[in-house]
Amino acid sequence: MALPQTPAVIPWWRNRRLLPWLLQAAVALVVLLVVAFLLGNLIRNLTAAGLLLTWRWLGQPAGFNIGESTIPFDAALPYWRALLAGLANTLRAVVCGLIGATLLGTMAGMANFSSNGLLRGLVRGYVEVVRNIPLLLQLVFWYFVVFLALPNGAAALQLPGLTLAKSGLYLAGFGPGWEWAGPTLVNGVWQAPLRLSVEFGALLCGLVVYSGAYIAEVVRAGIAAVPEGQWEAASSLGLGWLASVRHVVLPQALRVIVPGLNTQYISLAKNSSLAVAVGYPDLYAVAETTLNQTGRAVEMVILLLAAYLVLDLLISAVMNGLNRLVQIRER
Amino acid sequence: MAPSSPTPASPAAALAGRLRRDLFATPTDGLITLVLLGVIGGALTGLLRWAFGRADWAVIRLNSTLFAVGRYPLAQQWRLWLLLALFCGAAGLSWGLLRSQPRPDRQGRLWPPADRWACGLIVALALWTPWALELSASIQLRWAGLAALLLALRWLAGRLGQALSPRQGSWALRSLALLWPALYLIGMELISGGIGLARVPSSDWGGLLLTLLQASFAILLCFPLGVALALGRRSDLPLLRWGSVLYIEFVRGAPLITLLFLGQNILGFLLPGGLAPERVWRAAWVLTFFAAAYLAEAVRSGLAAVPKGQREAARSLGLGPLQTLRHVVLPQALRVALPVMVSQFISLLQDTTLLSLIGLLELLGTARAVMANPAFLGDYGEVYLTLAVLFWGCCTALGLGSRALEHRLDPRHTASAR
Repeated sequence: MALPQTPAVIPWWRNRRLLPWLLQAAVALVVLLVVAFLLGNLIRNLTAAGLLLTWRWLGQPAGFNIGESTIPFDAALPYWRALLAGLANTLRAVVCGLIGATLLGTMAGMANFSSNGLLRGLVRGYVEVVRNIPLLLQLVFWYFVVFLALPNGAAALQLPGLTLAKSGLYLAGFGPGWEWAGPTLVNGVWQAPLRLSVEFGALLCGLVVYSGAYIAEVVRAGIAAVPEGQWEAASSLGLGWLASVRHVVLPQALRVIVPGLNTQYISLAKNSSLAVAVGYPDLYAVAETTLNQTGRAVEMVILLLAAYLVLDLLISAVMNGLNRLVQIRER
Repeated sequence: MAPSSPTPASPAAALAGRLRRDLFATPTDGLITLVLLGVIGGALTGLLRWAFGRADWAVIRLNSTLFAVGRYPLAQQWRLWLLLALFCGAAGLSWGLLRSQPRPDRQGRLWPPADRWACGLIVALALWTPWALELSASIQLRWAGLAALLLALRWLAGRLGQALSPRQGSWALRSLALLWPALYLIGMELISGGIGLARVPSSDWGGLLLTLLQASFAILLCFPLGVALALGRRSDLPLLRWGSVLYIEFVRGAPLITLLFLGQNILGFLLPGGLAPERVWRAAWVLTFFAAAYLAEAVRSGLAAVPKGQREAARSLGLGPLQTLRHVVLPQALRVALPVMVSQFISLLQDTTLLSLIGLLELLGTARAVMANPAFLGDYGEVYLTLAVLFWGCCTALGLGSRALEHRLDPRHTASAR
């Protein structure tokens, strides 16, 4: 078969070495033009509105109060303190949420391997229901339907060491003189060493139940990845169920679980920004109030994005460290 | 491994045996079962007693139009009915044609059992929902008509599909792929008006209509964008790769609500005055760009799963890089990525609820607005439960559909059945 003669000079539009560079140059040019166009508009519009980028307003007094704060705050303090208080609230919700969701998710994930069919069915149902309903809907459900329907005063729901009332959640703990004290009713008002707001309670329940379902799936997949023979080998060594899980299955399952957990932890941290729907003053809620007062939209967006990015990176760094610990060490 | 009984037992005895094995194998299991039965029974009776006793469902009944279409002008609502009728017609056609085409595992049966169940469900929903909502007789009639149209076209298309030759059949399936985008364009025209129809401003769109519009817009547009980003991320060209990585990681690092915040508050500054889109469209574009970053990761995992030999084989056949991508790599990659992509679409549908936080009146926003009305103050349980059931139904249906499609596209399955 006669092949067509290859032309001595390859035309430039078929040159395999030149084309990639032309393509990249064209993409870079388009991106640069778009960015220049947008930035030019931004600067022109901000100048016209008298809102050119500055951070001096952060030092002005905020003038608004925050419903509850992990660090001390009042309206006379500057904006940056308000945003810091919001960040602290976010961190509190995220840390509590991570612990709760991990506990719930691990238990639910392990329950998939129970010999009890009803328990397995219940866990499957939990995962299927929770994952197919938007988190925001679940949060407002917890807040408006569950927590705001709680009775107040003497009628409040009382469990050992814990009282649930419309005015807040009261937990037993160490009092001011380091003595153990439970919730007590004083003149119709509950008092306890530890009081959590119902807003925080609703956010926490929502995050824990939602993320718990996803973590349950991660844990289930991790345990399912351990070969059946490992369970059999463990039981042939005379190990009980708990000892098999503890010494044989879990160390192997963790290698699969930890990277999945990383993803779930980061989305829990990001999801905590939905707190604004239930009135918990997290970073996003405070930022929204600040924007309404100052009109500093660009600065607020930069701060918000930076804060969540740092939070994500922090979680990722910790989880990657953990991942290195649980991986098989090969010679 | 489940032990199999040596002799075939009667169904009742088999059921009893299974129950004993599943629920009461050991004393601990029995205890767990009893406790769980108590808890589930208590919760269920409490819920039923609330739903049929104390709950006041008038809030749903009286606001059903608001939940469905928001403040869409009454005089123009015939356009939405027309769109719904077109949609039901197209769905019936597609369903019938797809089912009737002979495939290895199903010889083009007109009514497989699963379809009978689906039909029953459709008829039941079309008759029960308007009745339960106490809608007027004319609207009940319209619902029944829509269901009849859907099923009639499904039957007709099924019969037609069986009569077609294989070549005509594949031609029919290909024209289906054109029918849907065309329907989308017609739908947008019907909803917003403009050419020959009175304009309905996007600020009047609301409820389920707005939720579905936002979700479908973002799903359609994020797909090409996501595929492009995934290809960029796996490209050999450093500039494209790093640009894609930067975009994907930046968007995935931020909560959606901060991006919506960015869209609502900054977009006006970024574009010359007057060019910035309306609030509804700003949100739609933010959702699209957000979803594209997540979709890109799903597609990237699919691309990574295509064996290198496939590319080499395509090259040795003389296909160019673009042809290899189009005919060899992408079809395989997208099939692998399908389950993850569908779960991304499901979470996108759920994410539309966040629009209520920036003041748009989609389903959840409508719910908040309804409950600000003193007449319905405190009806949180009824409204939120209804929305939860609605979202759960849509998302579960999407998930089941994706599982069926995955099964259908699985080459191992098709090969073994042949």
